[in-house]
Amino acid sequence: MSSRLIPLFAALAFGSAALTGCGSDGTSTEKAAAAPSASATSAAAPLTFENAWVKAAEKGMTAAFGTLVNTTGADVTVVSAATPASPMVELHEVAGTGGQARMKEKDGGFVVPAGGELELKPGGYHIMLMGLKQKLEPGGEVTLTLTLKDGTKTDVTAVVKSFQGGNETYAPGH
Amino acid sequence: MAGRNMSRRGLLAGGAVAAGGLAATGGYLTGRGTAAGVPEANAAEQPRTVPFHGAHQAGVVTPPQTYGVFVAFDLRQGTTRESLGRLMRLLTDDARRLAEGRAGLADAQPELADLPARLTVTFGFGPGMFEKVGLAHQRPLADLPEFENDRLEERWSGGDLLVQLCGEDAVTLAHALRLIVKDARDFATVRWVQRGFRRSPQSQPPGETQRNLMGQLDGTVQPDDPDKAVWIPGRPAWLKGGTLMVLRRIRMDLEKWDAADEAAKEFSIGRKLADGAPLTGGRETDDPDFAAKDVAGFPVIDDNAHIRLARVEDPALRMLRRAYNYEEDITEDGVVDSGLLFISYQADLARQFTPVQQRLAGSDLLNEWITTTGSAVFALPPGCTETGWIGQTLLS
Repeated sequence: MSSRLIPLFAALAFGSAALTGCGSDGTSTEKAAAAPSASATSAAAPLTFENAWVKAAEKGMTAAFGTLVNTTGADVTVVSAATPASPMVELHEVAGTGGQARMKEKDGGFVVPAGGELELKPGGYHIMLMGLKQKLEPGGEVTLTLTLKDGTKTDVTAVVKSFQGGNETYAPGH
Repeated sequence: MAGRNMSRRGLLAGGAVAAGGLAATGGYLTGRGTAAGVPEANAAEQPRTVPFHGAHQAGVVTPPQTYGVFVAFDLRQGTTRESLGRLMRLLTDDARRLAEGRAGLADAQPELADLPARLTVTFGFGPGMFEKVGLAHQRPLADLPEFENDRLEERWSGGDLLVQLCGEDAVTLAHALRLIVKDARDFATVRWVQRGFRRSPQSQPPGETQRNLMGQLDGTVQPDDPDKAVWIPGRPAWLKGGTLMVLRRIRMDLEKWDAADEAAKEFSIGRKLADGAPLTGGRETDDPDFAAKDVAGFPVIDDNAHIRLARVEDPALRMLRRAYNYEEDITEDGVVDSGLLFISYQADLARQFTPVQQRLAGSDLLNEWITTTGSAVFALPPGCTETGWIGQTLLS
């Protein structure tokens, strides 16, 4: 695996910068994308969210995925997330397997190891957006504000993508 | 066999192959010598990739890869300039990642992106797009007129948006195509898909003229300077650095062609089949002597021979041809549907494409064996930087 991480790492910042550029030229219509992102382009950020995307949705709930990258020498914990696109955002994990898999809130938040990364993907860790205020259309952008354990906030931008895979089961009650 | 490590070594070894292709690049555009301004990966540093970013889109002056897939979409009703912009941002993001050997966002088969295999993804806008999104005043082209001998079919013609995918590996291409189509389908329906192939660089050195399925060397005479013949210099402004593309599906009646003798075949083309040399002698790349007469006083190269009618003396007025062969179905009786995806890129259709096609449509001796069944034209926007997207100059 390690042989794969190196080229990916090199390439990731590049890709996110490109997406940020798309949003900051003022052409995006998603209200949530109005604020330019300070995500991957900020060298000082202790945490970046690479290859970030949100599943397109008409209404209700959806989720954000991507790779949290810790640029520091100490563990970083994401304790909460917020977005103008949704009034209720939770950090989730999927517990169990197969037909029994259910989402639940991740106790203690997402811990990203020192100098390492944590992948959020369908069927695994994800950032849950509930009660969407507007439809999230493919190609739009959503700004997410991640709050770290020490109170630091980091804004990141995720692009909206259509996605049918992942076989997600949403637990009742959400 | 440690697959990934092996493939990394393969990539490095492939650098040598890519370097060979680089040296031959000039041959593609000029037929001889080197061509300036042809973008190609620095083989030593970026083996097996073609840079996505730049002033021009990749996949035009790029030496043609082995496989080509061309997909035309019709925009769904209600598409706006804004939503088309969102689509182009998504597709640009897919294209730049895949060209660099990275998985797309939300790519369900990310492992398949590992081998880019000189993938290029190129985008074009058809005439109908401009009105649909309220940009009729920016439309740089109209559908081609129907030429004499055309037998155009809807299923191979037209389209609002073209995506051209070319690469050296059919698996890479299949993965890229599906990612692109999945992102496009929210915005557009698929109008047609056409697939083509050429000889691979492993079989024939890049830069040599290839044979089409009739056996002819096809594509000998090309422009010598893409800045003059291919890239649009500045009008309309949004298309500066872009080009206009023609895609014509030409069916070959190979059964009938089989029945012709070699002399008749060479007479209709004006070249020797064996080596592509003009019938007036010399080598493939030598200029034909159109004034030469035989002992009976008839022109050696017939007045209606293909190469005489297709001839354009001024290299700046030649179109850049980048054809792919196609082979679709075989009938129950064993007749193969094959032909050529004639593809040309030019700065000006009216000056570079249409006059030649009018001459050929009326009189070309080859018309005995070929029929055009599809026709489409697209405006290819300029390339973009790492932070931009294809179509931005028109849609943002």
